[in-house]
Amino acid sequence: MKRAFSMPGFAIGFCMAIVFVAAALLSFFWTPYATDGVDIVNKLRPPAAGNWFGTDQYGRDILSMLMVGARTSIAVAVVAVGIGMGLGVPLGLAAAAQKGSLIDEILMRGNDLVFAFPALLIAILITAVFGPSAVNAIIAIGIFNIPVFARLSRGAALSLWTRDFVLSARVAGKGALRISVEHILPNITNLLIVQGTIQFSLGILAEAALSYIGLGAQPPMPSWGRMLADSQTMISFAPHLALFPGAAIVLTVLGLNLMGDALRDLFDPKINRER
Amino acid sequence: MGLLQIKNLNLSIGDTQILQDISLQAEAGKIVAIIGESGSGKSMTAYCVNRLLPRGANVSGQVMFDGQDMLQLPEPALCDIRGADIGMVFQEPMTALNPVQTIGAQVAETVLIHGAAQKSEALKIARETLNRVGLPAAEFPLSRYPHELSGGQRQRVVIAMAIALRPKLLIADEPTTALDVTTQAQILGLLKKLVVEDGMALLLISHDLGVVADIADTIAIMRRGKVVESGPVKQVFAEMNHPYTRALFKASNHVPDRAAKAQETPILQVSGLVRDYILPRKSLFGAPPKLRAVNDVGFSIKRGESLGLVGESGCGKSTLTRAILGLDAVQAGRIEIDGRAVTAGEKVPRELRRKMQVVFQDPYGSFNPRHKVMRLVAEPFHLLDNAPTGSARHQAVEKALTEVGMLAADADKYIHEFSGGQRQRIAIARALIIKPELIILDEAVSALDVSIRAQILDLLAGLSDRLGLSYLFISHDLSVVRAITDRVMVMKSGKIIETGDTETVFTAPQHPYTKALIAAAPVLEKTP
Amino acid sequence: MLIFTLKRLLSLGLSLIAASVVIFVVVEIIPGDPARLMLGINATQDAVDALRSQMGLDQGLLARYWLWVSGMLQGDFGISYTYRVPVVEMVQGRVWVSLPLALYALLLSTVIAFPIGIIAAAKRGSWADWLVMGGTQLGVAIPNFWFAMIMVNIFALKYQWFSPGGFPGWDDPALAVKALTLPAFVLALPQASILARVMRSALLDTLSEDFMRTARAKGRTAKGAMVHHALRNAMIPVLTIIGLQFSFLLAGAIIIEKVFFLPGLGSMIFTAITQRDLIVVESVVMLLVFAVILVTFLVDITYALVDPRLRRRP
Repeated sequence: MKRAFSMPGFAIGFCMAIVFVAAALLSFFWTPYATDGVDIVNKLRPPAAGNWFGTDQYGRDILSMLMVGARTSIAVAVVAVGIGMGLGVPLGLAAAAQKGSLIDEILMRGNDLVFAFPALLIAILITAVFGPSAVNAIIAIGIFNIPVFARLSRGAALSLWTRDFVLSARVAGKGALRISVEHILPNITNLLIVQGTIQFSLGILAEAALSYIGLGAQPPMPSWGRMLADSQTMISFAPHLALFPGAAIVLTVLGLNLMGDALRDLFDPKINRER
Repeated sequence: MGLLQIKNLNLSIGDTQILQDISLQAEAGKIVAIIGESGSGKSMTAYCVNRLLPRGANVSGQVMFDGQDMLQLPEPALCDIRGADIGMVFQEPMTALNPVQTIGAQVAETVLIHGAAQKSEALKIARETLNRVGLPAAEFPLSRYPHELSGGQRQRVVIAMAIALRPKLLIADEPTTALDVTTQAQILGLLKKLVVEDGMALLLISHDLGVVADIADTIAIMRRGKVVESGPVKQVFAEMNHPYTRALFKASNHVPDRAAKAQETPILQVSGLVRDYILPRKSLFGAPPKLRAVNDVGFSIKRGESLGLVGESGCGKSTLTRAILGLDAVQAGRIEIDGRAVTAGEKVPRELRRKMQVVFQDPYGSFNPRHKVMRLVAEPFHLLDNAPTGSARHQAVEKALTEVGMLAADADKYIHEFSGGQRQRIAIARALIIKPELIILDEAVSALDVSIRAQILDLLAGLSDRLGLSYLFISHDLSVVRAITDRVMVMKSGKIIETGDTETVFTAPQHPYTKALIAAAPVLEKTP
Repeated sequence: MLIFTLKRLLSLGLSLIAASVVIFVVVEIIPGDPARLMLGINATQDAVDALRSQMGLDQGLLARYWLWVSGMLQGDFGISYTYRVPVVEMVQGRVWVSLPLALYALLLSTVIAFPIGIIAAAKRGSWADWLVMGGTQLGVAIPNFWFAMIMVNIFALKYQWFSPGGFPGWDDPALAVKALTLPAFVLALPQASILARVMRSALLDTLSEDFMRTARAKGRTAKGAMVHHALRNAMIPVLTIIGLQFSFLLAGAIIIEKVFFLPGLGSMIFTAITQRDLIVVESVVMLLVFAVILVTFLVDITYALVDPRLRRRP
């Protein structure tokens, strides 16, 4: 961990990401203004001392909306990554442990199949059935994450299974499950952390896109994507409506990606070897 | 005045001094060998000659090649010399060729880069060169891709690329280390022939004294970035002025003292063992083809005996090991461990598995990097029904570690803190921890430098004497097998083709393949 | 190569069947009766039953699946519940907006990414490399619909270089291409950023391969070795990404259409969802999935062309 913070990319990215996490947590207890009331008198105020980021068409404070919106974005991304890891990693490990078996074959074909449905199409299908909501957006993004993690962990596990230390464990009489947990999983955690960071940032982007087209979070739940959708018709005379939510997305995603890249460099033995 | 004269060469990469005050020379039509263990700087010396150095390399001194100082030439001039006047052959033929280009294109490339001929003419030269290195047109058309060739054949292609323009100097960096003994002998013969035919100089880099003893004219022995001794081969071998030379020579021929006597009762008996692999389908329909990796193999190991198993890569040695260890199912045959039989289709029960342990070749890949030595060495306890716990477990691990010459305190370290030789000791400790009766040593000393190898062989001999262990010693290196085994088996294409007392097999081999194998193996004469 | 192609074709067919089953099952579990939906709440039960049998809804699950699939194979995608017109007619005009947009973006992404990625790899550690790495990092982080809104605001509303939206149709191809240029560019930028980064790292990986050293030992200059040996080998991971990108671009296209008011599949599918016009949703999703699977197939074939090792492997 210490080494990670000595990398400028990680430190900068971490600071950027932590600001948004802090804002989201803070919003549970306090926001500068309430986000559920309508205050028509103060509508469409440009950024000023009272409202740092201005107000929207209903007079709500943009900063407060962003703070609450961060909650939605982060929650959706966290749960979606959780679904992807929670299901994808065990599946990938199981497939690698039984390479070439029927389970492996079914799993890999299933993966290919999910890859044929971009997250948006999954979301479209799900919302067509259950109606649009933040939960359905989570499920859609989560389903899309499963094959990402399954494929990653299968590939990494396969190369570990050929290593002599796994052979030693087999000579010691250990079974596939035990080897997967004791020997394979600890050696792919680095990869999973890096990929998790990347999928987290992709999740934030996907949530924003789904909310923007109306398939994600529904009113009155504030969401960065919906704020952008609402701002679209007013962008020429109230650009701040589009500017701040967009910037929030960019900075969060950028921060996460910087962290992911730095971690990848840190963990990559090839780069370490170069010295 | 020689073709190549290296004077007072120094090299550092970053803050690390790699080479110190190296002086060497090479003459046309002669072979100069540079010998050293890993980290001695022998390869870097070669890369200084054609200036293919890694980033951040800082080099000083003089490398006079054909009247020019290579260290002073600008990059474009170096590019003109590389390939045309200085050819190079590398250690790893499997990765030295571009996988997406045909061998013809890659050999012709050498000619085309230097503008020596037009495309059609270049392809003709490529053809002739491939013929010269023993890849005739009928079997090896120019349109072949590298992945369609074996390691030895690929190394021939690399040599063809290096000599297509008949360079004045050929640098060969461990050209046979990745190859089997018989292939090694062929490649060395080819290099020797090319030196004579083209009158070029050959700079041959190797870790193996035996390899160069026969073909080199002069030899330089390197250690820790310095040349400790150099001169004509005969003279160096006869005088051995430097203690390191003597140590290296001794280690290369090391035979450990062994007192153990084999008993009559067998610990392992194998009969009629068959192991098939199912290959990928060649066509959409029909049964997939099978490869019989182990074909009707039978042998036995007595208590306290050390049995050798030699064979070239792909002969089925490793598959046999895995079958004996109960890791893979076999299709037919019987394995009898300590008097209890296991037939094909049956799983080897735990109480039998704990009588066998294994030590693998790669000291870097055989340990989970995330566990401490304590946990690594204790792993085989899993096979015991009531394995010691707590302090008893600690003591057992510490005892095993001291048994192999490590410290008890090493148990709390991670594996990356140890050198290759130390890791191999830890691997032996792991094998010893549950007091097995048979240890399978699968190329266990092949990745080690000769001096370390000698120490590990002594350790193994001592352990067998003290603990009455039996060994199945698997190796491609004949000299090692001869040094440590009582009996030896020769394996080829899945079958055991010859078995007998080690000395008998080595002095009077019966099977033609055994004869070829022994003839091909480099032998270092015990002081001429 | 023939066996390889046949195998890929077989897996293409299997993927399509699997995808159609998934889509069909998902849409099947939706509660509600389409016939009732079409006729409205006041229709008599007899009229609803008549329509049900006309649409084949009274048949079993398998029969309906077969009806749907065999219909699609003959170019019959069914009849929209809401508009009572064949889905094919509705889709026809729109597909020629969404598909060209995605392909145009794929082209732009590749054209932008290749030179940038190559330069960054060739001049690793230089200011150019830093600029590319920084710029692409930003490019990946920007949501493209937001970027689109800003671009429209600047280039269409302020400077009026492009029209802010709408599509004139393919009667005048030049005008059509012009109308698609800004959307395609916006779509392409994040993907180009990803592709450039992949290109760079693939090249750097290849540069450390042994055969690159062999090429240098033959007398190739650093640049010559890069052009003659590194590029083609680096294409293998790059192709994978290009294949994946098409599906992202297709999905992205239906979002971007909303910003530019393009009459593509996007607006149609969103309207269909709100109107619960499931046959339209079903057919359009199947169409998009078909496009993605087809591109995956083409990428697989290109793999084998680039890498001779794959041609033999079954």
